[in-house]
Amino acid sequence: MSAGLTFTYGVVRILNLAHGNLYALGAYMGAWLVLGWGSSAWPALSYLLLLLAAVFIGVTAGPVIERLFLRRVYGKEEEIQILLTFSILLILEDVIKLAWGVSPLFADKPYTYMGVVRLGGVDYAGYPFLLTGIATVTGLLLWLVVTRTRFGKVLISVITDREVSSALGVNVPRIYTLAFTLGAVLAALGGAFTAPMFSLVPGIGAEVIVVSFAVVAIGGLGSIGGAALGALLVGLARATAVHLFPELDLFAIYLIMALVLLFRPQGLFGQVEARRI
Amino acid sequence: MVLETIGLTKFFGMVRAAEDLSLTFQEGELVGIVGPNGSGKTTLLNVITGYVKPDRGRIRYQGKDITGLSPRAVADLGIARSFQMPQLYLSLTVLENLVLALAIRAGRARGFWAPLVRADRLDEARRVLEQFDLEEHATHEAGQLPEGARKLLDVALSFARRPRILLMDEPTSGVSARDKSKVMDTLVPVLKGTGVTTIFVEHDMEVVQRYAERVLAFDEGKVVAAGSPDAVLADPAVRRALLGQP
Amino acid sequence: MALVLALAGLAVFLVVPPFLPEWITFLLTLAWAKALAVLGIVLLLRGGLLTFGHALYYAVGAYTAGFAVKFLGVHDGLVALVLAVATGAGASALLGLLLARYRGVHFGLLNLAFSMVLYAILLKFYAVTGGTDGLRLPTPLLAGVKPDAQHLRLTIYYVTVVLAALLLYVAHRFTTSPLGYTLRAVRDNEVRVEYMGASVSQAIYCSYIVAGVMASVGGVLAGFSVGHIVPEVSFWTQSGEFVFVALLGGTGSVLAPVAGSIVFEFVRNYAFKYSPYTWQMTLGIVLLIIIFFLPGGLWSLTGIARRWGLTTRRWSR
Repeated sequence: MSAGLTFTYGVVRILNLAHGNLYALGAYMGAWLVLGWGSSAWPALSYLLLLLAAVFIGVTAGPVIERLFLRRVYGKEEEIQILLTFSILLILEDVIKLAWGVSPLFADKPYTYMGVVRLGGVDYAGYPFLLTGIATVTGLLLWLVVTRTRFGKVLISVITDREVSSALGVNVPRIYTLAFTLGAVLAALGGAFTAPMFSLVPGIGAEVIVVSFAVVAIGGLGSIGGAALGALLVGLARATAVHLFPELDLFAIYLIMALVLLFRPQGLFGQVEARRI
Repeated sequence: MVLETIGLTKFFGMVRAAEDLSLTFQEGELVGIVGPNGSGKTTLLNVITGYVKPDRGRIRYQGKDITGLSPRAVADLGIARSFQMPQLYLSLTVLENLVLALAIRAGRARGFWAPLVRADRLDEARRVLEQFDLEEHATHEAGQLPEGARKLLDVALSFARRPRILLMDEPTSGVSARDKSKVMDTLVPVLKGTGVTTIFVEHDMEVVQRYAERVLAFDEGKVVAAGSPDAVLADPAVRRALLGQP
Repeated sequence: MALVLALAGLAVFLVVPPFLPEWITFLLTLAWAKALAVLGIVLLLRGGLLTFGHALYYAVGAYTAGFAVKFLGVHDGLVALVLAVATGAGASALLGLLLARYRGVHFGLLNLAFSMVLYAILLKFYAVTGGTDGLRLPTPLLAGVKPDAQHLRLTIYYVTVVLAALLLYVAHRFTTSPLGYTLRAVRDNEVRVEYMGASVSQAIYCSYIVAGVMASVGGVLAGFSVGHIVPEVSFWTQSGEFVFVALLGGTGSVLAPVAGSIVFEFVRNYAFKYSPYTWQMTLGIVLLIIIFFLPGGLWSLTGIARRWGLTTRRWSR
């Protein structure tokens, strides 16, 4: 999720506030598919449906948002860009309400299929392990794509210097669309696979963007390694807080964020951008 | 001697932007700095004004060590600079740009009740515009100005601070060949008239030859020649470095 | 000229309401109060700073009044107001220390994060804040005098409009002052501001406090006019609404937030009734239209009037 956010920011240089809504769309789509077509006879199908939901949302919503809207504001003032993604956020919030209503949606089948795992005499639900596995694999895949493939190399060249890459014959607008779509798929993937753990209510998109921004800000905008570390820190802080002071889980996240930013305003792995004069 | 650098050194990775530079500048003189791209001309201005910290070396101004001060502190001491790419407030009018500069000079940047635009500031701003031949643009937004006028306004903003030292970064770059002498003919008499020490970086040899009183030629962060414009520009080492001539 | 027009406009708002139905007066009160929070956003926007958490200070103001009534036994609205100015200034002075370093999306979302923290606190510390039930704000005394129950709405309306008009004047002085211009200069070119000998972070810090106080006062006024405050006043949707109104009105004048806010309250009153599920979508679509077609907001429509010579920039000749 945060990886998707920092990824699109790295390439497109616009922080997409509607990213949380893509997450929510993925979650709703996934839950809806599982409720509709998932069958207990064939548990594996429901995981496939979740994946399908994520990819579907990513490749439909991603290009539409990028082509139709973001493309018009590249190079404009940052406030305008943020506002644009904010208006997309508002629209998508209601799209979700219109499509799935306001009553909670709960598709926990994929969660219960995994059963429980016994570790050192304590029972743990199996699904979080699967989730961790999926996140790790996705992270690895992303890293491989960025460092090992032609697409990844082109991407890095576009991030480093847009003008030069375009002069060298890279189709920059196409890369933007692709990168944005990839980011959207990542967001929807995060949503779809966490969906079975919660009951879905309108407004989760906005909550998620705040938390994942905290993650990204801790790690440093545009750094994928940073996002991973940020996610780890936030996860730990939240778990500790839930354990010790259940009232303060959100608080813990922002406390860490404030502390990190106090001493390292650009985030742990962020780079200071110097301006040429 | 109003300004002095002692053993100033700054590397950007492998690039030597300044290497053991020890320079002195006299009160009221007009010094031109020439050199190929990347020879450290702009870096010298950046280091003197505190935008970039030197790796080694000191900067002394009126006998005071100013190394490591912020651009704001340096500006307050009376060293102003203009920029290769004009740094203006593009959404403000030319007059507003100048009036704001005057208010800040007077230490009023934090005043939040009395209006910025006052008759006395307006008068002084108009006088500066007259000196810089910019009256016709007074009520235009800075973003709408032609390049030559932007360059002049950029210098005017620094000049309005009434500095002891004015550093100009390529005052005629981006200006058409025809307008170059017009820009310099406007600037030089004004600057000489106030006795400000002026150091300007310039690409155009003709401009340097015509207007500078003393010339420093830079290459790879070092001074390769110094002296009168004619002597420096005739120096074979300079011609090699700058013009690629054997 | 501009001053005469503004005073004439104010006169209309003072003379007409007694002849209006009570619900319109109520909406107008709310619009004026919220316009103050929007004004804070507009001031920051002039410096290129977009905050998605300004409801934070709106909530600080509202809950200051709430706590003053609940714990301090303060019954005078004006005392609550003074307290809210103090807490608004205090909170923004504290958070500003951290936030003044940031620009762009960092600034916007860090503000959002802090407002959500406040929301969580308001929601969870039930004993102090009343949780989701919120706090009740009984009819205040005004400088010791109990307002006439029959004209209660109207009294609150007048207090709100007069106070808001005063703060609009303060904002006007601010925007034409050296600090106000320095803030615009920061938006245009931070490097030059520093080279001119002014401090970018100080300009942002001071403006942030002014913006925080504005919103805080707005929160008190809105709180007393509704009579009841809930944690939602600190929720991100409230901040988003303020941002929306700021853009709707435009940043061209300190009067624009009032115009935007009044239009907004009335449109919402109807739209919410007919189609609650598409309300945010409507906001989003209108925002898109503003971004692409009317970047100056509704206020830029007055530019057309200016071209006809109705108003002039006073000193540019």
